[in-house]
Amino acid sequence: MTNVTMTVNGQKVSGSVEGRTLLVQFLRDTLGLTGTHVGCDTSQCGACTIHLDGKSVKACSLLAVQAEGAEITTIEGLAEGDVLHPVQAAFKEHHGLQCGFCTPGMIMAATDMIRRHPEGLDEGTVREELEGNICRCTGYHNIVKAIMAASEAVKTGSTKAA
Amino acid sequence: MYDVNYHRAGSLEEALKLFKAAEDGKFIAGGQTLIPAMKTRLAAPSDLVDLRHIADLKAISVSGKTVTIGAGVTHAEVAASADIAAACPALCHLAGLIGDPQVRHMGTIGGSLANNDPAADYPAAMLALAATIITSTREIAAEDFFTGLFETALEEDEIITAVRFDAPEKAGYAKFPNPASRYAMAGVFVAVDGGAVRVAVTGAGDDGVFRSAELEAALAAEFSASALEAVAVPADDLMTDIHASAEYRAGLVVAMAKRAVAMATS
Repeated sequence: MTNVTMTVNGQKVSGSVEGRTLLVQFLRDTLGLTGTHVGCDTSQCGACTIHLDGKSVKACSLLAVQAEGAEITTIEGLAEGDVLHPVQAAFKEHHGLQCGFCTPGMIMAATDMIRRHPEGLDEGTVREELEGNICRCTGYHNIVKAIMAASEAVKTGSTKAA
Repeated sequence: MYDVNYHRAGSLEEALKLFKAAEDGKFIAGGQTLIPAMKTRLAAPSDLVDLRHIADLKAISVSGKTVTIGAGVTHAEVAASADIAAACPALCHLAGLIGDPQVRHMGTIGGSLANNDPAADYPAAMLALAATIITSTREIAAEDFFTGLFETALEEDEIITAVRFDAPEKAGYAKFPNPASRYAMAGVFVAVDGGAVRVAVTGAGDDGVFRSAELEAALAAEFSASALEAVAVPADDLMTDIHASAEYRAGLVVAMAKRAVAMATS
């Protein structure tokens, strides 16, 4: 067993893991942050998407030890108290979910996408950029709408993503 | 996944030392192929030596026509590099087609080349650009580097440190991705420099990436998509699998070559 230390949602955390422990297992089982989901476990569905040093990655395709010393953000780290992150607010407003299983990964991918496109997002770009996230309810239309609305809200500095 | 001992290297020397001390070690960069392979027990190394934190492997430099990309540069970084875009925009385009955004944030050019997946994108670019693969011990021409399916000229304890190539006058890349995996069912990189045309094909060959003599000859005579109208690529050495027959892939190769030429001439 090895001890790993990293910053998760702004807090320094440590835990004892095996070399083979996946980052997603560490987040869910050791830290109890079960908002990060495991969908396919084969790095295709994106339900486990988190931010590693500010960039979206799949936590099922990364060992916990690889993230030693890193800054991690999970879905639990987005809202500020009771105030939803603009992307969360937009998913709520536009009903960007059906069963909700893929939603944390969709939102983490979307926040990263919006960061990389400060100029704004068109529908084609959003759909292409969602390549790594699968919604098995096939609820993509509202997910895309929500991300475009959130992108606009972030661009204009509005807190309400409608 | 079987358990594994993890080591993080801070330098190339340290990585080589850690590897030597391991019983059955493997180098890991972004790990976007290796971790999934370990999860399915297709790979079961005793030790992993992580190269992701070696600063020397992360540089991109363009000096005159010469482009050098560190092995640890991620696909996302290549796709977004203004320096590479000015020298060879087709390579940025190619990098942006690999996997998905999350995979591109982790996966590296060195890792992709060392793995030499027969349907990976970068091998086609390296072969068409006549790139040099620079390692911890030597320089290897792309022509000699790719030796078969998942096989390269690399020794067990040899690490790719960078790739280098001269920016071509024109280049283009097009791939037909498998609709599920997004790996190339046929990907074609064309490059023109000093009157010479090089065309490399990934995803379709029975023995991995290869240059197409038929496409090169037709494009050397006339560098246009229409010059490929009557060209046929032989299906003999192409791959047949559940996704497509060799004959179908032969058709895809020509179709992708046309698109790549269109990109190069646009």
